[in-house]
Amino acid sequence: MEKIAIVPAYNEEKSLPAVLRALRADAPDFDVVVVNDGSTDGTSAAARAFAGVRVIDLPENIGIGGAVQTGFLYAREGGYGLAVQVDGDGQHVPSEIPKIAAPVLAGTADAVIGSRFIEKAKFRGSAFRRAGIWVFQALNAVLLGQRITDSTSGFRAFNRRAIDILSRTYPDDYPEPEAIYILRRRGLTIVEVPVDMAGRAAGRSSIGFGHSLYYMVKVCLAIFVLLLRRDDRAG
Amino acid sequence: MDNVQIIRIQILAVIGSVLLIFFILELIRRRRLREEFSILWLAMGVVFLVLSLFRGLLDKFSYFIGIGYPPAALFLILIMGLMLILIHFSTAISELKETQKKLVQEIGLLKAGGAHSPAAPALRAYGLPGGPKAG
Repeated sequence: MEKIAIVPAYNEEKSLPAVLRALRADAPDFDVVVVNDGSTDGTSAAARAFAGVRVIDLPENIGIGGAVQTGFLYAREGGYGLAVQVDGDGQHVPSEIPKIAAPVLAGTADAVIGSRFIEKAKFRGSAFRRAGIWVFQALNAVLLGQRITDSTSGFRAFNRRAIDILSRTYPDDYPEPEAIYILRRRGLTIVEVPVDMAGRAAGRSSIGFGHSLYYMVKVCLAIFVLLLRRDDRAG
Repeated sequence: MDNVQIIRIQILAVIGSVLLIFFILELIRRRRLREEFSILWLAMGVVFLVLSLFRGLLDKFSYFIGIGYPPAALFLILIMGLMLILIHFSTAISELKETQKKLVQEIGLLKAGGAHSPAAPALRAYGLPGGPKAG
């Protein structure tokens, strides 16, 4: 089975080389595609310095969702059977990839979420962030009937069926919690596995503190509308 | 308010409505406004023209929907019309964003020489690293 690591990157010239080096060392059997989301710094050059890394330079910044979806489009066209998403900011540790890839490779899940919260609470965000995470957990328990502890984690693995669906339908901003619902609505199996994540190596998170409230409202609205929609293929 | 004043405002209202309709038509003629966006504006112009030509209509309308003060009904019509137009704009902008996103993605994929690219089979044949595999 062909495997690919999708690395979305927006102005990550400082942290990207370490991510790509770690991918080469810890996941050598993965092809790597960097989706440069219209960065204004040297992200593209930093990625192109690595032979064998395919770089997709988007001419404009279209947001994390659009960038990751470009990776799914690439993976779908390339016929990959397994895609993992690894953020370019260094938060996701490539040596943890086997953990999230295993259920897909074993055929026991269509999508796998790497969770920071299942085992230990090594990660501690702001109180507001933790409150938001709690809301998502409650929402997931009620609406999905499934315990998903880390909805906002972007460290994920997908099989071909999930890649195909997400390449057609993927939210533009704050896509992670909503993507779970998109897949579950199609009857796909999602599992969570515990992973370790690093603190950010450089740069700022795409979710600033001030945007947290907008994030919560937008995601809840999107999930609500998704459940109302009879056919969510469009959009 | 004497009769002269009422006729004065009526003439002004008719002129205003006609000007709005002609202005919209002129914008379409010069291709500065697409027909799909003009329809709501034209409809509003026509509604105001009719209301200013037949003065009794506004009174009847406000009585019918239970508004005691007819000018308030005028504001209601105006605000509803503007809201319709603004919602139409929001949907149009959403469509534009969606189209723009797809174009940006497609351009990125084409430039990267993915499987979309005419060069993709050649890349695969040469076994270039990172090239997409055949599905």
